[in-house]
Amino acid sequence: MGTANPEITYNSKIEGDIVVTRVDAAINWVRNNSMWPMPMGLACCAIELMASAASRFDIARFGAEVMRFSPRQADCMIVAGTVTYKMAPVVRRIYDQMATPKWVIAMGACASSGGMYRSYATLQGVDRIVPVDVYISGCPPRPEALLDALVKLQEKVKGERSSSKLLSA
Amino acid sequence: MTIDVEITTAVSQQFPSATPRASLDCPAFNVPAAEALAVLQHLRDAQGYDFLMDLTAIDWSAEKSPRFTVVWHLYSSTKHTYVRLAADCASDSEPVMPSATGLWAGADWHERETYDMLGIKFTGHPDLRRILMWDAYPYFPLRKDFPLAGLPTELSDPDITEETKTGVIAAPMAGGPFVATPGEPMSDAEPRAKDEAWNERNEKPN
Repeated sequence: MGTANPEITYNSKIEGDIVVTRVDAAINWVRNNSMWPMPMGLACCAIELMASAASRFDIARFGAEVMRFSPRQADCMIVAGTVTYKMAPVVRRIYDQMATPKWVIAMGACASSGGMYRSYATLQGVDRIVPVDVYISGCPPRPEALLDALVKLQEKVKGERSSSKLLSA
Repeated sequence: MTIDVEITTAVSQQFPSATPRASLDCPAFNVPAAEALAVLQHLRDAQGYDFLMDLTAIDWSAEKSPRFTVVWHLYSSTKHTYVRLAADCASDSEPVMPSATGLWAGADWHERETYDMLGIKFTGHPDLRRILMWDAYPYFPLRKDFPLAGLPTELSDPDITEETKTGVIAAPMAGGPFVATPGEPMSDAEPRAKDEAWNERNEKPN
């Protein structure tokens, strides 16, 4: 583990019974550590997604074990698999139904670019219909790669100006 | 695989219009479209071919006539043998074929798939909708004149089209399709682009 983040660490010698932080840091800390995924499992990547949730890889270590099959309760859509043109409007509608703030991970070659499916039936990258935060390479990616993407997404969220976004929304 | 040697004579005696079809495996027949159902029913009820293995069609390309041939594969669960039946569609522009759903309920989805991919209408089918592509899709993708990359069209949902400003595009083939070439050594047989003169960055030369 790295050194403690001085922005959010409580130092009792200095602060007594008061914790001082920035609103952004506090909000992002909360969002980071309970990022509930929406498992958009569409092909074989979904098998690796399931493996990353199981005991060996245990995505719970990063606070993202609560797979929500309702978009209303999810924060991060993990598009795991080939998105066909028939499925594409459905994926976008589910994304629209998620409450903000929301993020998207494109898991694997197909979700990122259409992968090997250069054909009439396959959407050539899910970023054509939803904004993607993190892309994962691999066909399918290993669970470690998904965990790495989650950590990268958490790093990204740490830098967001959440309070001003909340106030302007 | 055991082969039912008597079936050829049995069928041609019953149906003089059924002619033997070139085949490398099981016995096969060409029949006129109008007689296809009668032959199928005879095979099912009198010859023991009780199981419809597969139902599909062939597009011989836009230049050929007859252009479309519907193919049925039957299996006998008592004799453990196969038989194949083929019938040409009379029309090349509006191909039709009688539906086998009255004989095998399982023909339902096979015929929907054949309609979806090749545009053959099965008369008498109870619910002939597309099964793989969405209902409003304007093309029949397995026809020979349809490019593998696809043709641009709208997504199935107008709301989403308006929101994302995107639709179906022709997939970037970038020198593909990427297929293996038979031959030795294995390193030469690896799947690779057939035309590497162009890719995503360099335009295809005319």
